[in-house]
Amino acid sequence: MNDWHLLSLTTFLPLVGALFILAIRGDDPKVVARNARNVALLTSVATFVVSLLILVAFDPSSAEFQLKETASWLPGTTVRYAMGVDGISVWFVLLSTFLTPICILSSIGAVEVRVKEYMVAFLVLETMMVGMFCALDLVLFYVFFEGVLIPMFIIIGVWGGPRRVYAAFKLFLYTLAGSVLMLIAMLAMYFQAHTTDIHALMAHSFPVAMQTWLWLAFFASFAVKVPMWPVHTWLPDAHVEAPTAGSVILAGVLLKMGAYGFLRFSMPMFPHASAVFTPLVFTLSIVAVIYTSLVALVQNDMKKLIAYSSVAHMGYVTAGIFSVTTQGVEGALFQMLSHGVVSGALFLCVGVVYDRMHTREIARYGGLAGRMPRYAVVFMLFMLASVGLPGTSGFVGEFLVLAGLFKVNTWVSAFAATGLILGAAYMLYLYRRVVFGKLVREDLMGILDMGGREVAMFAPLIVVVIWMGVHPATFLDPMHASVAKLIDNFQLAKAATSGLSVAVR
Amino acid sequence: MMLYVAAVFLPLAGSFVAGLFGRLIGDRAAQVLTCLLLGVSAACSVSIFTNVALEGHSVTVPLVTWIQSGTLDISWSLRFDTLTAVMMIVVTGVSFMVHVYSVGYMSHDPSIPRFMSYLSLFTFAMLMLVTADNLVQMFFGWEGVGVASYLLIGFWYEKPSACAAAIKAFVVNRVGDFGFALGIFGAYFLFDSVSFNTIFAAAPAKAHTVVHFFGMDWNAITIICLMLFVGAMGKSAQLGLHTWLPDAMEGPTPVSALIHAATMVTAGVFMVARMSPLFEYSATALTVVTVIGAATAFFAATIGCVQNDIKRVIAYSTCSQLGYMFFAIGVSAYQAAVFHLFTHAFFKALLFLGAGSVIHAMSDEQDIRRMGGIWRHVKVTWLLMWVGSLALAGIPPFAGHYSKDAILAAAWASGTPVGHFAWVLGVLAAFMTAFYSWRLLILVFHGKPRADEHVMAHVHESPLVMILPLMVLAAGAIFAGWLGQPLFVGHEHTEFWRSAISVLPGHDVLSGGHELPEWVEYAPLVMAVSGVVLAYILYTLVPSVPGQLAGAMRGVYLFLLNKWYFDELYDWLFVKPAFRLGRGLWQGGDGALIDGVGPDGVAAATRDIARRVAALQSGYLYHYAFAMLAGVAAFVSWYVFNAR
Repeated sequence: MNDWHLLSLTTFLPLVGALFILAIRGDDPKVVARNARNVALLTSVATFVVSLLILVAFDPSSAEFQLKETASWLPGTTVRYAMGVDGISVWFVLLSTFLTPICILSSIGAVEVRVKEYMVAFLVLETMMVGMFCALDLVLFYVFFEGVLIPMFIIIGVWGGPRRVYAAFKLFLYTLAGSVLMLIAMLAMYFQAHTTDIHALMAHSFPVAMQTWLWLAFFASFAVKVPMWPVHTWLPDAHVEAPTAGSVILAGVLLKMGAYGFLRFSMPMFPHASAVFTPLVFTLSIVAVIYTSLVALVQNDMKKLIAYSSVAHMGYVTAGIFSVTTQGVEGALFQMLSHGVVSGALFLCVGVVYDRMHTREIARYGGLAGRMPRYAVVFMLFMLASVGLPGTSGFVGEFLVLAGLFKVNTWVSAFAATGLILGAAYMLYLYRRVVFGKLVREDLMGILDMGGREVAMFAPLIVVVIWMGVHPATFLDPMHASVAKLIDNFQLAKAATSGLSVAVR
Repeated sequence: MMLYVAAVFLPLAGSFVAGLFGRLIGDRAAQVLTCLLLGVSAACSVSIFTNVALEGHSVTVPLVTWIQSGTLDISWSLRFDTLTAVMMIVVTGVSFMVHVYSVGYMSHDPSIPRFMSYLSLFTFAMLMLVTADNLVQMFFGWEGVGVASYLLIGFWYEKPSACAAAIKAFVVNRVGDFGFALGIFGAYFLFDSVSFNTIFAAAPAKAHTVVHFFGMDWNAITIICLMLFVGAMGKSAQLGLHTWLPDAMEGPTPVSALIHAATMVTAGVFMVARMSPLFEYSATALTVVTVIGAATAFFAATIGCVQNDIKRVIAYSTCSQLGYMFFAIGVSAYQAAVFHLFTHAFFKALLFLGAGSVIHAMSDEQDIRRMGGIWRHVKVTWLLMWVGSLALAGIPPFAGHYSKDAILAAAWASGTPVGHFAWVLGVLAAFMTAFYSWRLLILVFHGKPRADEHVMAHVHESPLVMILPLMVLAAGAIFAGWLGQPLFVGHEHTEFWRSAISVLPGHDVLSGGHELPEWVEYAPLVMAVSGVVLAYILYTLVPSVPGQLAGAMRGVYLFLLNKWYFDELYDWLFVKPAFRLGRGLWQGGDGALIDGVGPDGVAAATRDIARRVAALQSGYLYHYAFAMLAGVAAFVSWYVFNAR
């Protein structure tokens, strides 16, 4: 299947769908909306099917980039169009293609204005996300990495809540500030290594002093995307104002871009600086876990609460990556996948009641269990997965990260593990206020349980969450080789630079 | 092989069907199905017990890989040895009885399938816990029972108190789980494995390894055991992490019997017994276990003496009995601890279900001050409660006598100061146990009725479906001790336990060679009988005295009534500060500091500068002319000065 250009196909198929939608003309806006939705759904499902082929063609025993494609792009430079996946990125491609159809399904009934444009924005977003995880050229990566922002910015700014403009600008400014520094760092890298090929850059060893600056520049960009404390404040606002599907993609995929960047750039290209800055990352991660968990405890807005919990969960991810142990890195990867599915599902859960009551204020709910038993079960499952119950996906990632961290630093592991307690506190408290209790509000008396479309939307998520929890080997196996190589190279490079600095002395 | 797998997974199947298709198949079908599957599971367990414990064929059933990452290799795998087999009898036996009982007890509830589903789910998780082959799978069961307990405590989710109790149970348990998880990481760090076989085999060689955890040098096994024990304290409601257990009584009574008396709360005891090959190598950890256990046995008994809610009295009693089990473990009498776990499961479940029958009869009244004199109307329940109380107080020949005596004898025989400390507290607790048991019996069943006529007119015996399980449990409360004694702690105990529990040669307190002084041997019984007598005097002969005592020692009384003020302390120490801190960090940290200096601050500064710059463009010609002249002057001066 190597010559099928699977990666390009997966990347650009949504774009084709978007062009189709743009071509839809009609007098009746309802018909146009329906057609746009159908085309979008069909395209995204087809994309997902194609992306499954990537998994089939992927050789889990190899640590190399696979399904590689190259083409000349910018003549006169070394910049090329280069795509490929390894054990680290392949699952993110699937995560993106898996969540997009669910998002499109979720916006039926929720988005009624400018449906055509909305669907186009989502399909373009999918192209950008998939392309970003596949890109093997620095410039190409940058294009996709920043390109993701544009449709997201539009989705929040056009279909968002009342404070959407503020949220959209906050998102944009935060991420742009980081990205500018990253662009400069990329230029510096190009002038030093004379290539933009990611694979070649991984093999290139940058001077130690330069690594520090490059690492910091990339960190500025990735830390905002993760987001790490204290550059996380754009996230709650963006989530609160974004439409449901926007939140799902934001939490599900966009938050993974930063951590992916650490694994793709910071660790392999600047190993020395990564080792030097590990204490910084650990500190920020622990602060993120404890600080944002406490903040989540006092939120009155459902989406804000889940947004803060995302920051806490991503704290595990960054700590796990920088533990540079097999368990830590694989756990971080797994946690990202799990968080993508679980927090996405939690935002959908919020969306279900938001569509009915048009409020996200926790106090406006209560006692839904009686009227909405199906919803109560689904929400319960994802709430428990978020809390990290063994048997759900949430446990495996957290457990591996903490086990890996414990080997490196017991304090960091112990502080991060307090998230077990705090996470349980704020999620159970949320669930209790929304679903349990007595149904007293007049306007909730007639609330309806989830319908067929909503069940269809959650069913794949439920299957995946349980599957990841009971038999995570399916997801971990393809990671092993690439993670082992990453860690080996990191240790080698670290040993080499430390040897070098001794020699210089 | 199928038998072993079926015993564990049938309850899950029942839970699944009853939970998801309960509305479809109806209440009755859900009840029949879950009871049936549990019955089959119990039958399987009996057969497993015969195979494994009596005939000595330990079995391990590997299922599939679970988590594999680097050297960390965890499988789903079921381990059956004597310890597991004993636990399976307890779990499936009591659970089956509780399932049947619930058919009657919950008959008026609107969501019966949900309840049956939760019960079966709990049983499955508990079975996974006891059949675990490695620490992580045990953690799976551990958290699973936690969730089932959360769901069942909060079963009546419309009651705010039930919701609060459910969350409290889960979160306090999570505090324990935090320790358990760190213990697992520590074990993985030290042994490079989480599987029991590997850990147990490597433990002797690592007995003196020193590790650097949390900025200090520790004996590796000590720190791991201590962290694991924190987990056990959470689940088994030991002093400090006990606060959730009394509140858990908000759940339906069958739940209290199954989860908060017979099975889940004993998981901590089971875990430490399971880890005996590790705990044996840490004298420090064992000492800590002894002290905490003994303190809990005493502390909970003092509270039990003054509580007025029938279920809370029994809940504190459970807490206290768990303390016994732990200090037995602390003096290396693991077998005695599990023996007490075994007998306790029967008589405590009996007491709880009996209490449920009383509550049922009294139209949902739980305050024992508003009961009394009902024994004529509920003779069977009354008789069964007597049996349960006799067993709990340790009166021969009832079950509790054998196991409690074994524990106290072991504590004395250990010969250590800590062991004797535990013995003293244990004997005092035995006195109080008898006292509060008879206080309960007398206030509930004897004397003059204190309920109103309306309630009294309704007092009735429970239906057969509730009484039959009680009788089965009563049989256990009568015979379990007598039958089990030779196997668990008597002369056959080495063949019975084989490698399921390991005790270092110097720690063996069970196998003979320890002649106890006569007064030590009879002290528990004497104390128990005096407790009964005191209760009889105070509550039957001179019923005005308790009130006067409470008045005279108001401070002590309030201290006990308010449960040593643990809830208030924790609320003040943890809960309120957490919320206050959260609000502070949110508004002060995120809002004022990060946003204020960051994006909002930058935006405001930009706007401010823009406004000032805009002010320069006033539109008056002379302003511009003046600025121009100033500029020219500046340029000329600069040129002149630099030209030199």
